[in-house]
This record gives sequence, C-alpha cells and structure tokens, in this order.
Amino acid sequence: MTNSSETGTPGLMAKAVREGIFAGVIAFGMFLLYVGIETYQNIDNRLVWRTRWGLLAIFVIVAAVARFLTVGFIKPHLDRRKLAKAKSGILEISEEKGFLRTHFLKIALIALLLYPPVSVMLFGPQGSLKYVDNFGIQILIYVMLAWGLNIVVGLAGLLDLGYVAFYAVGAYSYALLAQHLGLSFWLLLPLAGILAACWGVILGFPVLRLRGDYLAIVTLAFGEIIRLVLINWTDVTRGTFGISGIPKASVFGIWSFDVGSANYFPKAFGLATSSAWYKIFLFYVILALCLLTAYVTIRLRRMPIGRAWEALREDEIACRSLGINTVTTKLTAFAIGAMFGGFAGSFFATRQGFVSPESFVFLESAVILAIVVLGGMGSLTGIAIAAVLMVGGTELLREMEFLKLVFGPDFTPELYRMLLFGLAMIVVMLFKPRGFVGSREPTAFLKERKAVSGSFTKEGHG
Amino acid sequence: MEYFIQQLINGLTLGSIYGLVAIGYTMVYGIIGMINFAHGDIFMLGGFAALIIFLILTSFFAGIPVALLLLVMLIVGMLMTGLWNWTIERVAYRPLRGSFRLAPLITAIGMSIVLSNFIQVTQGPRNKPIPQLVSDVYHLGAITISLKQIIIVILTAVLLFAFWYIVNKTPLGRAQRATEQDRKMAALLGVDVDRTISITFVMGAALAAVAGCMYLMYYGVASFNDGFIPGVKAFTAAVLGGIGSLPGAVLGGLLIGLIESLWSAYFTIAYKDVATFAILAFVLIFKPTGILGRPEVEKV
Repeated sequence: MTNSSETGTPGLMAKAVREGIFAGVIAFGMFLLYVGIETYQNIDNRLVWRTRWGLLAIFVIVAAVARFLTVGFIKPHLDRRKLAKAKSGILEISEEKGFLRTHFLKIALIALLLYPPVSVMLFGPQGSLKYVDNFGIQILIYVMLAWGLNIVVGLAGLLDLGYVAFYAVGAYSYALLAQHLGLSFWLLLPLAGILAACWGVILGFPVLRLRGDYLAIVTLAFGEIIRLVLINWTDVTRGTFGISGIPKASVFGIWSFDVGSANYFPKAFGLATSSAWYKIFLFYVILALCLLTAYVTIRLRRMPIGRAWEALREDEIACRSLGINTVTTKLTAFAIGAMFGGFAGSFFATRQGFVSPESFVFLESAVILAIVVLGGMGSLTGIAIAAVLMVGGTELLREMEFLKLVFGPDFTPELYRMLLFGLAMIVVMLFKPRGFVGSREPTAFLKERKAVSGSFTKEGHG
Repeated sequence: MEYFIQQLINGLTLGSIYGLVAIGYTMVYGIIGMINFAHGDIFMLGGFAALIIFLILTSFFAGIPVALLLLVMLIVGMLMTGLWNWTIERVAYRPLRGSFRLAPLITAIGMSIVLSNFIQVTQGPRNKPIPQLVSDVYHLGAITISLKQIIIVILTAVLLFAFWYIVNKTPLGRAQRATEQDRKMAALLGVDVDRTISITFVMGAALAAVAGCMYLMYYGVASFNDGFIPGVKAFTAAVLGGIGSLPGAVLGGLLIGLIESLWSAYFTIAYKDVATFAILAFVLIFKPTGILGRPEVEKV
C-alpha cells in the first residue's frame, strides 16, 4: 500500500501538471472573449470594446492551479480517507453523537428565541434592525418556504419548480384583501393559506398523471403563467408597479405598529419610537410560522397521509397496487405544501409593505428547491442549515464593505451574490449529492429507531 | 390575408430560432435523460460571442463583407459555446451521472444562474445594441420579406438536414442512438459512451450558438438574461415535437413561433408568453409524448 503510493507520486505529479496545463488552455479558450474583452457603450452611445488581458490571465492561472491542486493533492487525499474509512468498517451514521448533536434542536430554538433581544442589547434598537430584518427574517422566510416545498418534493417526491406561484398567491391575496376590505393580518393569514391551498389543488389536478421532469416543466410553466398574469392584469394587480402601502400586522388587534395610532406598541410599553420593535415582532411571527410548519410536517409523517406520501415517493405503482388513492395523496401534498407557501407569502407582503411580480420570478423557485435539495430532501434540520448557509451567506456579501479596499471603490459585492449562489449550488451537489444531512429518521421501525442513510430513500418519480 | 401571411413568415423565422435551440435540449434529454437547464444560457453565450466578434472585426476591417462577417461570427460562436458546453458537462454533469436524479437538475439550474450572472458581471447588465447587419427587404405585393428572415429559415433547414444526416447515417450517430437506447449495453459493445455524450453536448451547443447569432442578427440586441425565456420556449418546442426526436424539435419550434406571432397579431401581445406556457401544459397533460415522440413504457 505505502509502496505503491510512493512509486505513484512522480507519475501523479506529472499527471497533475499535465491536467493543470490542459485546464489552463481550456480556461483560456472559454474566457478569451467573455473576460478578455469588455464591451461597453462610449459617449456617442455606440458599443465599443477594449481588452482586459490581466483579468483573463488571473482566470486562466486560477483554473490551472485549481486543477493542479485537485488532481495532485486533494483527490488522492480524499481517496485515502475513503479507503481508511472503508477498512475500519465504521459507518458515519452509527457513530456516537456528541452533546451538541443530541441537543441540537433545543439549543437552536433557544438561540433563535434570544436572538432579537441580544442583538438589541448589543447594537441598540436601530442597530439591531439589520441583524433581525436582513438576516433573521430573511433566512426564516426561506426556511419556511423550503419546509413547505419539502412536503411536496421531499416527502411526496413530486418535483415542483413553480412553488413561488403559491408564495405569490399568498402575498397578493393579503395585499389585495387588506387594501380593499381592510381586514386584519390575523384574519387574512389563514385565508391566504386556504387560497394558496386551493390553487395548489387547481394546479395539481391537471398534472396528476405527469412524472419526473415533465412534472417539473409543467409546474415551471404554471409558475410563470401566474407571474405573467400578475404583470398583465393591471386593473387588479397594478402590473409591474406592484401594490404598495400594504397595512402592517398588529399584535392580535390589541396594539398597533402605526406611529399615529392611540395604541402604538412602543408607546404602550414606554419604549423609544423605532421601527425595530415591529421587525422584532415580525421575527417572532415568522419563527412561530416556521415552527408550525415543522410541527405539522413531523406530525403528518406519522399519520396515514404522511406514510402514503413517502410510499408514493418510494414506488408509485406498488402504492397503487396496495390500495392507496394516489390522486388524493398527491393533491393533499400539493395543497398542504402550497398552504405554507401562502402563509409565507402573506407574511412577506406585510413585512415588505409592497409586492410586485419582480419578487416571484423563477429564480426564487429555483433557490427554494436548491435549499431543499442541498439540505438533504426530507430532513428538516438539513434544510434549515442549507437556508442559513445559502441565504445568510449571500446576505453577508452585502455587508462586505472591506472588499472595496481590496478590489477598489468600483467593486460592488452584491453583483456577485447570485453568481456565488449558483456556484455554491453546483459545488455542494458535486461533493454531497444527497445534501448536507444525508441520513433519515424513519417513523416506522421494529424495536429500535435507527437512522438510515439517505441513499436508501428514493427521490420519487414525480 | 396579406396580414396573415406576413405573420406566418414572422412566426416561421422566430420558430426556426426556437427549433435550433430545441434540438440541443432534445438531443441531451434523449441521450442522458436530463433537462439541461443551462442550454438557454448557452444560447445567450453564443449571441454574446457573435456580438464580440462583430465588434472586433468591424473595428479592424471597416468594409468587411457581411457574408464573411456572419460566417466568422457563426464559426467562432459555435466553437465558443461548444467549448463551454463540453466543459460544463465534464465539470458539473458527468460526476453526477448515475447519482440520484435531482442532483444533475440542481447543478444545471445552478449552472444557468452562474452563466447569466457571469455575463452580467463581465459584460455589464445593460442591453447591447448593434447596428443592423442585413437590411435588404423584398416586397411581394403587400408582404415584405427581409433577407435576414430568409437567411434564418434556410440556415435552419440546412442545419437540420446536416444533423439528421449525422444522427442517422454516420458511425457517430449510430453510437449516439445506441447510447440513447441502452448506455450499458452500448459501452459493452465498444461505444465510448463518455465521448459520445460529450460530442452530443458540443453539437447541441453549436446549434444554440447559431440560434444565438441569428437572434442577435434579427433583433440587433443582446442581453445577459436573454437565455431564460427563449430557453423555456425552446424546451416547450422540444416537448411539443416529442422529446428525443430531431425533426420533432424543429416542428415544435416552428409551431411555437407561429402560435406566438399569430397570438400577438390577433389577440393581445401581453399574454403571448402565457399562451406558450399554457400550450406546454396542455400538450404535456394530454399528450406527454408530443407530436413525433415514441410512447414511454413504464417497467415495474
């Protein structure tokens, strides 16, 4: 073993150098036009070009060095580790869990509950706004959306690429009903969920016979149709201008967050006037909604309907042979998934105070699906981790002002947000095709509960 | 009547472009059974390659003949996107082949996001207009046909014939069809499966580059997010024609182009994309195999 690896090293290095040079040549070809040449409009508004050889050289060198390192060092190291693991015969899932892992959920929940007060204490009400709103609420919305989609994709195995449609239905139902009928958030929240669930059934019904990629494409088409209708039905939705001035949520109708009103929340509690209190309130609302989603998902998995979903994912034909009604099974999955999307949508509308079709593009669906798959389909913890890493990571990029010192004042990190998000999607899938949490907790078991590897669960045929 | 024929001509032109992109989707789906979501963005990259070559050539050789210019744009665009799609397949799809089914779909969506944002970052977010390349127009009574429409339709016909010939009459095409039917058996019989799949990706990308170049010539503008909507429409075309079938892809493309232009002409232009997507949904729901596709038999 040691002998062969020692004699293999010079050959390996030669191979790594060869591969590195090859990657450099390929990168030169790929980036020659797009990076090496910049097109821009001059003062006469005519399109002209100039060269950027320096940047091109950086791209080529990075590609070559990365390939060299991968072939020469990283890959042999990974192979050795895999071999050692296979020899010792220890499976990852049978390892003893540490304190942090066994109590992970409790710790995470306490941390989330304490998050807003701690950030207020550290940064003051106004300073906490950024942390509670941009990070806390933003991430929790995606956690909730991903957990909702998880019911459709992770449990029932129905690949849905148009999930954002239900998010849009929820947001617009709240926005329109609140403005025209003046109903409160707490009344419209369940109503928006029900409306979205109805749309889930309406859109789910025609696609019952479809499977796999075809289902994905039709759901994508439905998502786009809803967005295009929102853009073009200007009488109701005001088109691309969107709906603004959506009323804020109140504390169950007792206290309000409108500065002028008599029962203004901070005034009632003797706090300084600041929009931070509203954001903190919203943080707890979305946290409660997330917990509701998780609770419903966990309970449903133990009920006949949840078992039927998972059976459907594993084998549809067997499922039908055993007398499970696949029509109602699929439709309930669509409806319940859509309902949580609707909840999240109406929350989104009240948090922004403004909705427009811009927020419901296909990219959002892709991001939510990516979070579900990256987290490991079906695993709630994994999905939450994926949401924190992917959404939090890209939000963090907005804060990286110091990068301007490195790359010059013209550098805007926000531009690279989606680029990095896409790259992260690819890299995570390449290294962990089963997602971050690759094991599943079965709900039905004989004598003792054992986690099973995710590779034993199927991803469904649609 | 003249108005109808005029719209028919416009629809055929647009449909040819969709058809060229659709061939790439259909070939890749046929051979490895995945929706190459990034294909629409490969089309966009092809358009950008043509745009950059156009700028370089016109700044060095002011009076260059248009035919030569177009030819160079096409060839460089094809080489460029071929190289890109080869690399993408090698880096993002091949390691996941045989892994679980959603993984390559997610990397393909990720790749699509990366490609459009890459162009946005390197070439800027603004639309890139170029002056008109071919401006000749012919009048037949009240109907006007522009030379660029003729070029697009003829080029599509020629390419379709060439690709049909490659797939049906050459050893490479035989390898492709064998890989499509049974990858393992093809490998056992000496077909280099990896190479065949790579070549399929390169071929699809080359056609997308032609479509991208034609799109640039027809509309005279390129933008980083040009990939998504034409990409989805081309996929619709591939499904409509029956996925896996080359003539089906072009037929589907032409139908989508016709529906789109006739819908804009006789109904509201605002809902033309809704019409396309609704057709996609209807076809998939009532005839998932498309017009020229073979029915899929489900094995237990």
